[in-house]
Amino acid sequence: MSRRLLVVACGLIYFFLMLPLLVVFPISLSSAPYMQFPPPGFSWQWYERYLDDPQWIEATWRSLYIGVSTAILALALGVPLAFSLVRAKFRGRAVIERLALAPIIVPTIILSVAVYGIFAKLKLIGAWYGLVVAHTVLALPFVVLVMMAGLRDFDRGLEQAAEGLGASRWQTLRRITLPLLRPSLVSAGLLAFISSFDEVVVALFLAGANMTLPKKMFDNILMEIDPTIAAVSVIQILLVSLVLVLIGRFGRGLSGSAR
Amino acid sequence: MSMRGFWPAVPALLLLFFFFLFPVVRMLGFSLEGGSFDWYAKALGEGLYLRVFWNTFEIALLVTFFCLLLGYPLGFLMATTTPLWATVGFIFVLLPLWTSVLVRTYAWMVLLGRNGVFNRLLIDAGIVEDPLPLLHNFTGVMIGMVHVLLPYMVLPVYGAVRRLDPAIVAAAEGLGASSWRIFWRIYLPLTLNGIFAGAVIVFVLSLGFYITPALLGGGRVIMIAVLIEQQVRETLNWPFAAALSAVLLAFTFAVYALAQRFTRPQETA
Repeated sequence: MSRRLLVVACGLIYFFLMLPLLVVFPISLSSAPYMQFPPPGFSWQWYERYLDDPQWIEATWRSLYIGVSTAILALALGVPLAFSLVRAKFRGRAVIERLALAPIIVPTIILSVAVYGIFAKLKLIGAWYGLVVAHTVLALPFVVLVMMAGLRDFDRGLEQAAEGLGASRWQTLRRITLPLLRPSLVSAGLLAFISSFDEVVVALFLAGANMTLPKKMFDNILMEIDPTIAAVSVIQILLVSLVLVLIGRFGRGLSGSAR
Repeated sequence: MSMRGFWPAVPALLLLFFFFLFPVVRMLGFSLEGGSFDWYAKALGEGLYLRVFWNTFEIALLVTFFCLLLGYPLGFLMATTTPLWATVGFIFVLLPLWTSVLVRTYAWMVLLGRNGVFNRLLIDAGIVEDPLPLLHNFTGVMIGMVHVLLPYMVLPVYGAVRRLDPAIVAAAEGLGASSWRIFWRIYLPLTLNGIFAGAVIVFVLSLGFYITPALLGGGRVIMIAVLIEQQVRETLNWPFAAALSAVLLAFTFAVYALAQRFTRPQETA
């Protein structure tokens, strides 16, 4: 009896969670010239408008390559850091771990304003690699959390076996350790990519005139509610779903990384 | 202790130092311009700004409450159902979590606006005559923030319920306890750690929220992050923005420190 009540309540809560994701689908396919619900008819006009607008396309590409670069940089820095934090024992380890995870806790607005101050001095406002650096700071905690979880579950006997059979440390790392950590690496990289691809507060301050996709969306939402955003939203939801499928298929469970 | 194994950490530490620690400390330094605490006095002394801090605190507290109210049943159900349904549940929690906050905020504007979906349905059904004010106010900000932060509550609760030894529940059932009694006497006390972890995360993230109040608040709900942004971009008042940031940061860290003090004895017990 009370179990049934729980299931009904949860059904409503799931509806609340999914409703915003579902509502953009019909609106993106509306034939009305402005936001209208229910849509009076079907049309692809908002997708065409998105694809025909060089500003939207340029912003999309910029976000894609900033996201990919962020993922690469965050992995290049975060994976060795996670190795250090899990396997080495040195003074100040706990402090370093806290520092690496701090960007989750420190409000993004504070990080944005602070980095904006530095970048304005360095003339880095509007530079795509400036955004990559700032996004890497935000993505690093995800990479470190996922990789530390992966390394803690790692069976070090396999490495010892390889070294016992005469493999060098480099060979062991390349042929044994990294391939076995591949699911964690995939999850960490994809999470870093998504965190950058969706990021708006830092971009608001650092992107300058060079729009990223979220910044362009933010500006558009602030100005007018044009259903083009609905089309962009649908594309973004599909992309995120694809990434989640990829993580589910090739990566390591997400629940741990999201805490 | 040796320094062996420390070197791989160095590149990441350099990044964190130059693009995180140093910029934040440098900016916070602006607040003490001229060696006085005047900007702090303004932030904490003037009614207008004190009001913003209070608003932020109030909203964060309410958001945490509603996330708990909605998140506990969800995490509980996911942890106690069959693996297949748990997977479906996870998808429905993770998909919104990883969908852009902007997409979700836009969708809420479509749903809650004057000519939005809800008002359309309510008017067409004859329940109300004039559109309800759901957007560009407190209600809109609350709905948007609870939606964004709910997954952060569900996952820790799920973890806590999963860690609970099913034998305890089975024993209680065997002894004839009702399901309400089992919930109140076993599940709730033994998952308090998960509830607490989720509540702290949600509360702390709420404090620094920017996008949702900026877009769904319509300029009428000013949270501290919105105020900081205005001070930097509109009035170019860096020292004041720095003082506001310092207060926000200090409060955030204080909540964390307090939370850790509370959880530690329970973990060892």
